[in-house]
Amino acid sequence: MISSKTTFQGYRRENGRVGIRNHVIILPVDDLSNAAAEAVANNIKGALAIPHPYGRLQFGADLELHFRTLIGAGSNPNVAAVVVIGIEEGWTKRVVDGIAKTGKPVSGFGIELHGDHDTIHRASKVAKEYVQWASEQQKTECSISDLWVSTKCGESDTTSGCGSNPTVGNAFDKLEPLGVTMCFGETTEITGGEQIVADRCADEAVRKQFMAMFDRYQEVIERHKTNDLSDSQPTKGNIAGGLTTIEEKALGNIQKIGRKCKVIGVLDKAETPTKTGLWFMDSSSAAAEMVTLCAASGYVVHFFPTGQGNVIGNPILPVIKLSANPRTCRTMSEHIDLDVSGLLQREKNIDQCGDELLEMMLRTCNGRLTASESLGHREFVLTRLYESA
Amino acid sequence: MIHFLVHDKKDTVGVVVIEGVKAGQEVTGWLMEDDSTIKMKTLSDIPIGHKIALTEIADGATVIKYGFDIGKAVAPIKAGEHAHVHNVKTKRW
Repeated sequence: MISSKTTFQGYRRENGRVGIRNHVIILPVDDLSNAAAEAVANNIKGALAIPHPYGRLQFGADLELHFRTLIGAGSNPNVAAVVVIGIEEGWTKRVVDGIAKTGKPVSGFGIELHGDHDTIHRASKVAKEYVQWASEQQKTECSISDLWVSTKCGESDTTSGCGSNPTVGNAFDKLEPLGVTMCFGETTEITGGEQIVADRCADEAVRKQFMAMFDRYQEVIERHKTNDLSDSQPTKGNIAGGLTTIEEKALGNIQKIGRKCKVIGVLDKAETPTKTGLWFMDSSSAAAEMVTLCAASGYVVHFFPTGQGNVIGNPILPVIKLSANPRTCRTMSEHIDLDVSGLLQREKNIDQCGDELLEMMLRTCNGRLTASESLGHREFVLTRLYESA
Repeated sequence: MIHFLVHDKKDTVGVVVIEGVKAGQEVTGWLMEDDSTIKMKTLSDIPIGHKIALTEIADGATVIKYGFDIGKAVAPIKAGEHAHVHNVKTKRW
C-alpha cells in the first residue's frame, strides 16, 4: 500500500528533479542532423539518438513549440547528459542554452563549415565522456512526492472506460494526496465530458482557462472537419472495439482523472508545471504526440491504458501499458505491463487494480523496463501547429 | 459468468465483455452502480467491447451510458440488439 513514506531509487539531478532513467541522448535540432546524431549513437554504446523530421523554416508559435519540446526533452530528469547536433550553430546554441539551465552536462555541434564526418568525430568524443560519466551516477532513495506521472490512453475501446482508465483514475486519486505532480490532456477527446472536467477545476480561473483551451480546439475541428472527422475521432480502431461516438469515448477517457482529483491548473503544450497536483495539458490525442509533450514537460513515468492494443513507447519517458480487454491481453501480451481484465469479471475490484498499477509504477521507477522499452518503441513525435514558411 | 457490464442505472446500453456472444443467447449483466445483476436475451451477435441495448430505444432518442448522453439513435433499436455506428450517431461535430 502506497503512503507518504513510500520511496523509490531514482537519480537526483543537478536542479533537484528526480529521474528514473539515466539516458545520454544525442538530440538533433532538425531533420538534416538525424544522420550525424544516429552515427554518434552508433559509435558510442549507451548513447541514444532521438531523430525527428522537423526543425527547418518553422516560425512564430510553431517554432517556439519546437524549441520548447526539444529543450524540455533534454531537460527531462530521465536524461543525464545531452549532445545537441544542428545544421548550423545559432539554433543549436539556443537548444544547448535552454538545457544548460538544468545544470546537466550538455554540448552542441553545428554541421556547417565542418561536414558530417568532423561533426560525428567531435560529438562522439564528447558523447563517450558523457556515457562514462553517467554510468557512475548513483541512484538514491527518493520520496514518492518527487515523482511526476502523466497519462494518456490509446486505441481505446469500451473496456478502457470500464477497466483500464478507471484503474489509472484510482491510482491518481491515491497519488494526489502524496504530493505527486500529474497530468492528463487530449483536448478533443474530452468532447461530451467537458462539463465534468470543468466541474473538477480547482477554481473559477482554472475553469475559464480550461474552457478557453477546449473551445479553441473545437473551433479548429469545426474549421477543418469532414464528415464524421473522416473516422478520426473515434478512430477506426476505436469503432472496431465498439466505441460509437466521441461523447462515449470522452466519458471513458476522463475516467483517468479518478473521482477525487482536482484540476489545479492548465499547461500549454510542453509547458512545465509549477506545483504538485493534477494538471490539464492542451494537446492532441495522437498517442506519440501527446506522450512526447509529457516527456518535454518533465514527466518521468507514464500510464497508458489501451483497449485494442496501442504499441507506443517513448525514448525517454517509460510508458506503462495496461489493458482490461482479455482478447488484447491474450493476443498482444508482449505489449501489456498490467492485465486488469479481471475487473470485468468481478474477479478484482478497482481498488486492487489501482494498487497493482502503483506497484508496477514503483517497480518501473526502480528500474524494471516496461514492455515498450524492451521492445524498442521510441516514438518521438513533435507536435506542429501549422505549415513551415 | 458476466457477459456484459452496465455503468449506471440510467444507462440504456451495456458493454459486452466476453468474446462469442451470439443472437438468442441468455446473457447476464453486472450493474456496477449497485452491484446487482441483470438477465437479458440477445437479438444479435455482439462482439466483445460492443454495446447491447438494454431497453427499446426510439429513432432519435438519446442514448445513455455512464449516466450521460453519448449520442442519439438513428434507427429504432430493440432491447437485446447490437447498438453501434449503424444505429447510433454523435450529436457533436
